[in-house]
Amino acid sequence: MQALANQLCENRQFGSKMTDSKYFTTTKKGEIFELKAELNSDKKEKKKEAVKKVIASMTVGKDVSALFPDVVNCMQTDNLELKKLVYLYLMNYAKSQPDMAIMAVNTFVKDCEDPNPLIRALAVRTMGCIRVDKITEYLCEPLRKCLKDEDPYVRKTAAVCVAKLHDINAQLVEDQGFLDTLKDLISDSNPMVVANAVAALSEIAESHPNSNLMDLNPQTMNKLLTALNECTEWGQIFILDCLANYTPRDDRESQSICERVTPRLSHANSAVVLSAVKVLMKFMEMLPKDLDYYGTLLKKLAPPLVTLLSAEPELQYVALRNINLIVQRRPEILKHEMKVFYVKYNDPIYVKLEKLDIMIRLASQANIAQVLAELKEYATEVDVDFVRKAVRAIGRCAIKVEQSAERCVSTLLDLIQTKVNYVVQEAIVVIKDIFRKYPNKYESVIATLCENLDSLDEPEARAAMIWIVGEYAERIDNADELLESFLEGFHDESTQVQLQLLTAIVKLFLKKPTETQELVQQVLSLATQDSDNPDLRDRGYIYWRLLSTDPVAAKEVVLAEKPLISEETDLIEPTLLEELICHIGTLASVYHKPPSAFVEGNHGVQHKGLPGSAGSAESESPDAVSAGAATEAPAAVIPSQGDLLGDLLNLDLTPPATTGPLPHSGGMQMGAMDLLGGGLDSLLGGDLGGSPAMGAGFGAPPAAMPPAFSAPVSGSLYDLFDLDNGVGMPLGSFCPPKTVWLPAMKAKGLEISGTFVRHAGVIQMEMTITNKAMSVMTGFAIQFNRNSFGLAPAGPIQVPSPLSPNQNIEVSLPLNTVGPVMKMEPLNNLQVAFKNNIDVFYFSCQYPISVLFAEDGKMERQVFLATWKDIPNENESQFQIKDCHLNSDAASNKLQSINIFTIAERTVDGQDMLYQSMKLTNGIWALAELKVQAGNPNYTVSLKCRAPEVSQCVFQSYEAVLKN
Amino acid sequence: MLGFFVGEMIHSLFLINLSGDIFLEKHWKSVVGRSVLDYFFEAKEKAVNPEDVAPVLQTPHHYLISIYRGKIFFLAVIQTEVPPLFVIEFLHRVADTFQDYFGECSENVIKDNLVIVYELLEEMLDNGFPLATESNVLKEMIRPPTILRSVVNTLTGGTNVGDMLPTGQLSNIPWRRAGVKYTNNEAYFDVIEEIDAILDKSGTTVFAEIQGVIEACVKLTGMPDLTLSFMNPRLLDDVSFHPCVRFKRWESERVLSFIPPDGNFTLMTYHVSSQNLVAIPIYVKQNISFFETGSCGRLDITIGPKQTMGKTVEGLMVTVPMPKAVLSVNLTASQGNFTYDLATKVLVWDIGKLNPQKLPNLKGSLSVQAGAPKPEENPALNINLKIQQVAISGLKVNRLDMYGEKYKPFKGVKYVTKAGKFQVRT
Repeated sequence: MQALANQLCENRQFGSKMTDSKYFTTTKKGEIFELKAELNSDKKEKKKEAVKKVIASMTVGKDVSALFPDVVNCMQTDNLELKKLVYLYLMNYAKSQPDMAIMAVNTFVKDCEDPNPLIRALAVRTMGCIRVDKITEYLCEPLRKCLKDEDPYVRKTAAVCVAKLHDINAQLVEDQGFLDTLKDLISDSNPMVVANAVAALSEIAESHPNSNLMDLNPQTMNKLLTALNECTEWGQIFILDCLANYTPRDDRESQSICERVTPRLSHANSAVVLSAVKVLMKFMEMLPKDLDYYGTLLKKLAPPLVTLLSAEPELQYVALRNINLIVQRRPEILKHEMKVFYVKYNDPIYVKLEKLDIMIRLASQANIAQVLAELKEYATEVDVDFVRKAVRAIGRCAIKVEQSAERCVSTLLDLIQTKVNYVVQEAIVVIKDIFRKYPNKYESVIATLCENLDSLDEPEARAAMIWIVGEYAERIDNADELLESFLEGFHDESTQVQLQLLTAIVKLFLKKPTETQELVQQVLSLATQDSDNPDLRDRGYIYWRLLSTDPVAAKEVVLAEKPLISEETDLIEPTLLEELICHIGTLASVYHKPPSAFVEGNHGVQHKGLPGSAGSAESESPDAVSAGAATEAPAAVIPSQGDLLGDLLNLDLTPPATTGPLPHSGGMQMGAMDLLGGGLDSLLGGDLGGSPAMGAGFGAPPAAMPPAFSAPVSGSLYDLFDLDNGVGMPLGSFCPPKTVWLPAMKAKGLEISGTFVRHAGVIQMEMTITNKAMSVMTGFAIQFNRNSFGLAPAGPIQVPSPLSPNQNIEVSLPLNTVGPVMKMEPLNNLQVAFKNNIDVFYFSCQYPISVLFAEDGKMERQVFLATWKDIPNENESQFQIKDCHLNSDAASNKLQSINIFTIAERTVDGQDMLYQSMKLTNGIWALAELKVQAGNPNYTVSLKCRAPEVSQCVFQSYEAVLKN
Repeated sequence: MLGFFVGEMIHSLFLINLSGDIFLEKHWKSVVGRSVLDYFFEAKEKAVNPEDVAPVLQTPHHYLISIYRGKIFFLAVIQTEVPPLFVIEFLHRVADTFQDYFGECSENVIKDNLVIVYELLEEMLDNGFPLATESNVLKEMIRPPTILRSVVNTLTGGTNVGDMLPTGQLSNIPWRRAGVKYTNNEAYFDVIEEIDAILDKSGTTVFAEIQGVIEACVKLTGMPDLTLSFMNPRLLDDVSFHPCVRFKRWESERVLSFIPPDGNFTLMTYHVSSQNLVAIPIYVKQNISFFETGSCGRLDITIGPKQTMGKTVEGLMVTVPMPKAVLSVNLTASQGNFTYDLATKVLVWDIGKLNPQKLPNLKGSLSVQAGAPKPEENPALNINLKIQQVAISGLKVNRLDMYGEKYKPFKGVKYVTKAGKFQVRT
């Protein structure tokens, strides 16, 4: 049977056309063994076929690394194809089998001298892939020759190889002068060499921000601009991205760079186009707006952006994400191009959604009629997500373009008539916002809305409808019946709906007190007695107390005039927008997040800002309106202290923030102070009266606060942010005990134990070096491998030598954090090479991350709040510290000794909450909330950090110092 | 200091077919485990159509950037900040290269040529940086398979690897090799225009633009330097060129001056968006409606000529994705054939030539699943058509001159207009 199957296989092999699929017809059993035999065959042809089979297996993800020695044996051949195949194999496995790869080194060196430039290039390229220190010494000479090779193909390959080598051994590359050679290659006569030289320099500079490799001065700029015309499309992207980091001296230089970059807008490669757009958008900032050239440039930017939209959908997507930024910064560029953003029904969904967003941004009085007609068309499409977004977009139009509001409302009513469930629900949600933007204008439609009450099954729509009923209770005859009908299933509703229902019924009661007393009693008791939700319970209590103490005041609070919804609540905050404009074309621009938010452990992320304009005529621009609106945005991001108190009370008199953050802008000073000074005293603990901060807080959004901040308040609010004085003095630096890093058995008698400590801003590696060998030791030296935070010895290690047998010595090695960076696993792992006259020894140790906590790690409170909100919840992690018997003050003091700073503290239900911040030497901040409960030895730490990888290490530091 | 991108842009590449099998992987740095693709598969599960998978995905430690071509996902794994367009452009270039080498870009053909594919990938990208992406250059380093060559190779033990360095590498004109020789010297240009348009129910143009491209097939000996000029270059306000075109001359004189690559290439693409220049060659009268009761509906479509520049409209075809509830159709076509695919619910009416004297019409009834609610969405009509010998924008080539060589080449220009994304809403 088996024989027959094999026979069939064979037949197929010969019967089918000669393709590579035949390499898969060998039987599984003993495959590697068979290949081994074939690789060692005497016949050249058989060997070649075998190597091809090996490569084919590798391509589909099979592990054929076991064949390494056999494949390497095939390398000594004059058959170019075979040689190339072997090299392909080597490149794939050289990284994982470095020791084996060394076996081939002689052939590499020999091949670097081969008369055929293809082979020379192949050899130098492959050598660069073998990441072993030992190989670098063999590589230097061949590489030097190849960098000056007569053949451009070899030179361009060698240029990339310098970057590879630098990655392995930066010092060596510098010492050998390769960097200078590389810089010279920027002026090479061949464009491909230029492109690769720029690419290599960029990569090196990226991993070594301090290397000053290409400090951009007018001379290098000129070189780069010349190279831009010469080099390949890929090189152009590198050069343009590099140009974007230059800051021109004045507007004339700015203009001349723009002029030389503009032709790139007509390139067929969309990445070139977008990089050119980035450079122009940035340098434009420096041009005076009255300059003719400024206008010309604006006109030139539109067509290439439009062209990007006729490319493949994937390219369109990235282009649209970037256009979204560009229209926010300079709406004038694309204001006449609305039509290119019209959605085609066979666009992929991700393109549709982005186009819709941009349509809203471009909507203006001039084009609103067409936009609305389009949106209405989209609302009858098939895709539910898209339809929903289209309906929302109609609402956003109404809020953005006042003149269109009426038309938008009637369009929405038309859509409600379709009775398509999700369309109706979305329409009601946005109509609520329209009511808030234009009070007393469109309430006549309420009757139509009420007809659809029964079909609402999504919390957001239900909450919106309830808000409408409560807000306009006096105009709806059966408002009480409507609200009562919701009340029946109160406990099954989501919190959003429950809160809204509570407020709506209180409103109703205040408007029609006689008929609705029973209803309000019912809802108050449901909220306060039968609910476990603290938000709901507390709001219930506050209403209750308000109503029972002073109904007039209650009326003033609950029925107060609401602040209007602002025009564009969804604009990106201006400083972030500026930063993102500098990162057009990058992943940051796709995610609309600053690079620091997601580039892992980046060494000194540089915040980029747009250069200032020379003639700041900004306000004269007719389009400055939206920019003006945007400048108010920071207030929404960083709440004042007063807002915070408002949040703590979480009165949420406004409807839940559903369509993005609501504006804060004032308008709520209506006697809230009196109110709190009076009746609420007892409720809030008595010492709140007359706090000047209280007034402004009511409009603040309840959304996205750290859980503890919106939790019910029963302790003293005064304590909350006034406890600097309570935080103790720093104690002596925390120093974990030494552990043995390198046992004598493993290091020919050398034993090293040690620990890390941070003292007065200096990181020290404290070591005890013991000579347990029979002979003296001399010539000590230490080196670190690249590590997560760039730790490196600040100087050579000072060990008095010779170290006699059985002698030990304490050594303290100061470290800095400017070394090369590579992410380690675990993050705080450090690989050390330690040399003495006997040998080189390698060991790895872990340093407490606390040695990296900087002395200036105390965050401003408000920044803390804003940052905490800003970091997404997925980045939060919680840890338990068991068996810790400190009180919160002692804990705070201890933590301060390792530069974890307590910013605020408060007590809730006998639990002390400490809010703390720390900053790592590479600029990453970590924020923490530490819960300490008297009598409970278990602490809870919640950590939030933009680089959540560090959380585990930070927690370890907490545990170590608190339990010490 | 320099910017945020890093040379090691593409860490790994995976090719994945529609059923989610990874049939090729290539790693440029270290080997990345396949588990990273779980995020992609999750997104693919969620998407209704394979085209709907978002091209950029974030995972805890990597970014996944993918394109979808020829029923294959080309997926690049990225570890650092990299311009995503760079990656997407590169992936498309890889797909183009496969197409160029193997005549099509499909799973089977890639599987049949794994070793060449692998060699190509290695040649196209070094250390994550694109090396050689010009098909001219690649073809000299790695020869494309031909049936003849594979037979000869098997007989003689020949090779598909070029043992000479591409000569283009030595010159400053990387897109052209030196020493090109032809007995018949010829240069042909195809001006192809596609009309993208959205028409609304009443036939009004909501949006229209022309995507134009000039494809060239140039087989000329030596190092010819060509100049192509237009009768009406002002039409072209938004252009992108092959790197060979001298941009300065275009800016100052509005002529295309270039040393062409050898063989087929795209000389330029352009687009004309000002609507008064975009002629709509046909009109569509249509009515698709569903009745509230009785679970059926009606369809009636008539197509007639509008602005055809005096030419015949050919290859006319109407595609209608019907609502899911439409079970079957009972239609009569006055011209051409129609099919209704029950699985995909797509109605295709292949009309052929448009005869102005006898307008094609398709009408009849649609039957809807009994008891299903009346379909809410309105199907859109997708139109395909072709008009020979005219570029609908009116663009015309004036003359083509050759410098630098002495012989007289054959020259030719062809025009054709097609429908691109041409949609009629109902």
